[in-house]
Amino acid sequence: MRRWLADTGWRHLVGFFMLAFALFPLVFVISASLNPRGTLTASATLFDGASLDNYLKLFTSPTLPYTRWFANTMIIAGATAVLTVLLAASAAYAFSRFRFRGRRLGLLGLLLVQMFPQVLGAVAIFLLMARIKGVFPGIGLGTQWGLVMVYLGGAMGVNTFLIKGFFDSIPRELDDAAKVDGASHARVFFTIILRLGAPVLAVIGLLAFINTVNEFLVASVILQSPSEHTLAVGLYTLISERLSANWGVFAAGALIGAIPSVLLFRFLQRYIVSGLLRGSVKG
Amino acid sequence: MGLTTKGGERVGAHRPRLAEGGSTSTAALIGKIALLGAINALAVYGLLTAFAVGDWGIFGFVAIATVVADYVYFSKRVEAGKYLVPGLLFLLVFQVYIVVHTAAAAFTNVGDGHNLEKPRALEHILAVSEKRVPDSPLYKVAVVTGSDGTLELLATDPAGQVTVGGEPVTEGITRDSSGKATAVEGYRTLELRDLTTRQEEVLDLRVPLGAQGALRTQDGVTGFLARPTLRHDPAADTLTDVESGKVYTASHSGYYEAADGSTLTPGWTENVGFDNFARVLTDTRLRGPFVSVFIWTFVFAALSVLFNFAIGLLLALALNKTGMKGRNLYRSLLVLPYAVPSFLSALVWTGMLNQTFGFVNQTLLGGADVPWLNDPWLAKGSVLLVNLWLGFPYMFLICTGALQAIPAELNEAAKIDGASAWQHFRRVTLPLLLVSTAPLLVAAFAFNFNNFTVIYFVTGGGPNLPEAPITLGSTDLLISMVYKIAFGGAGREWGFASAMSAMIFVIVAGISAFGLRRTRSLEETYS
Repeated sequence: MRRWLADTGWRHLVGFFMLAFALFPLVFVISASLNPRGTLTASATLFDGASLDNYLKLFTSPTLPYTRWFANTMIIAGATAVLTVLLAASAAYAFSRFRFRGRRLGLLGLLLVQMFPQVLGAVAIFLLMARIKGVFPGIGLGTQWGLVMVYLGGAMGVNTFLIKGFFDSIPRELDDAAKVDGASHARVFFTIILRLGAPVLAVIGLLAFINTVNEFLVASVILQSPSEHTLAVGLYTLISERLSANWGVFAAGALIGAIPSVLLFRFLQRYIVSGLLRGSVKG
Repeated sequence: MGLTTKGGERVGAHRPRLAEGGSTSTAALIGKIALLGAINALAVYGLLTAFAVGDWGIFGFVAIATVVADYVYFSKRVEAGKYLVPGLLFLLVFQVYIVVHTAAAAFTNVGDGHNLEKPRALEHILAVSEKRVPDSPLYKVAVVTGSDGTLELLATDPAGQVTVGGEPVTEGITRDSSGKATAVEGYRTLELRDLTTRQEEVLDLRVPLGAQGALRTQDGVTGFLARPTLRHDPAADTLTDVESGKVYTASHSGYYEAADGSTLTPGWTENVGFDNFARVLTDTRLRGPFVSVFIWTFVFAALSVLFNFAIGLLLALALNKTGMKGRNLYRSLLVLPYAVPSFLSALVWTGMLNQTFGFVNQTLLGGADVPWLNDPWLAKGSVLLVNLWLGFPYMFLICTGALQAIPAELNEAAKIDGASAWQHFRRVTLPLLLVSTAPLLVAAFAFNFNNFTVIYFVTGGGPNLPEAPITLGSTDLLISMVYKIAFGGAGREWGFASAMSAMIFVIVAGISAFGLRRTRSLEETYS
């Protein structure tokens, strides 16, 4: 028994304690979302009655375009994730496999500009998007495509770096063998590098998706009418207006809003550790 | 290593397909030409519109970008460019340009009251000062809109002459019984209802009539001749009030300023050199709060990394035993906080930590009244706690990965040498772990240094510091401070905020460079 305690028991103790810490906010949200009175005060008592009122309000209330927010977030985050992976992987391929003038300088520049978070440039982004709107109204201020483009610009640096680190660890002999067989560099990129790089690409895509879902400031600056909002902007406005009264509806909205990220995470989790550790060390 | 060998087999399986690549390349070529065609068409559209609205910056950028893209994709000589150009364009526009624009703004006083170029500000001041010329004739006017939606004045002077926007017209005029022109061909006359909704625009309407002054209206029905009550002297760059004789001189603070200190609004954007940078150190009321925010930012980032890493490592060690019961269940549940979008979690924590209604006080502590978010020190602890909840699963994942990568022989050797559990951890596990995770720890520090989400959603920076001249709180980080200066309620100061942004950028870049260099030396020492 003492041996078990020293060997395994403490492991369960630590695990159980952290599990309680990790899960109690989630239990609280589930309880609050089912609370029929829907206020913060009422939610303090766990599982005090159960009803789906809060969920119904999300989808039926005319003043609360939750379905739009959800759809907007999925479209924006999905597009950002896919395009980020594509653009950053291409750039990483160039840096990893070609030798050209300005390569080292380019890498250094990438490393440097990515340290400027877009939050700091929000005013400049606003002014730029207003200006773009004058020429290309479809991708300027107030459009979702405009927002996606801003995210793409901001995500290039760090992701190119992580992916390049991973690509560097794919043996060049594979490329050379394919080239001897007559494959073009485009073919090498699409059929060899992208496939072998799948773990890191999955990680980058996942992180880009989650980061985009999370992003609040730039989204609130660029998207202006309530029906264009993302979940972050919409739900924040919802409870900053009336924290207590809207709590139940917020909890329901938060739970549904978290589902896509959690599912994606479950599918891609096994890639995350290998992708991050390998990419960063080789940087 | 496992990945490479696995991948190697996969590539082998694809070999046969690689060899028969000839036919697809024609299709690829057609696709390429179609795509470039579409891009060029779009570019031409953009060039035309940019030309029409007179935005030469965008015109030049689109022109150069299109030429570069066409060259890169049709030339055989710049292969790397084909992979770089798309990402580079986005990076240039939405990152590099933003950085440069912000850096340029850091040397100006741009912000509320200083948004205009100087000539525009002068124009504005003069227009605002306009008053009716005494005893001048009254015009009968109607407000009309042209095809492009802009407002114009349709004016009938006392002699019955009709003008639209100052240009005389003789044909297509509809007059009422008094002889007033009420409509004219090619324009739509505004109804009374429209007049009230567009009141501001109507009040700003002015038709320049040369040296006489300008035609203006108060009600959209009668017009009068108005002249500025300020006179501009371009040589001395002063404005003189013709009625009182008061003289306003252009000052370096971006205002026309009188001797008694009164100013005319709006001001203009003025170059202020390094004033914005010096201000945080020279403004005595700002210095104290700035220093405390500055220190707290470092403390927050360092403690966040330390706590999250310690807890993550402890968990990873605890669950790193093969054959332990429920290990997979622990693992999949423990990473949930990382998978949930952090803005949602942060908002949930705000509700839970609410002093009067929150779950923590009401239920967990049985009706206590702990000011989790309202006491300066407790609020600091609270944001660290929330950040721990958000961040420990990431560290747990990384540490687990790194632990499993430690060669089994090393652990065996330590055991044979009779190392105690602590010695084993201190001398073998921890050093090896640090080698592989150090770059990520540096990145985590840089991330938390700018962790806007947690602060903004949990405390909003509060509770507020009473002595600060701008709204600043005891949990504000530099980044949320910048946000408040740039977007906060009264007196938004973008120039000042930009200077702060530039400083943060330099700090983070410096720390990262230093940190990465240190981690590299760490790698050399231990591997």
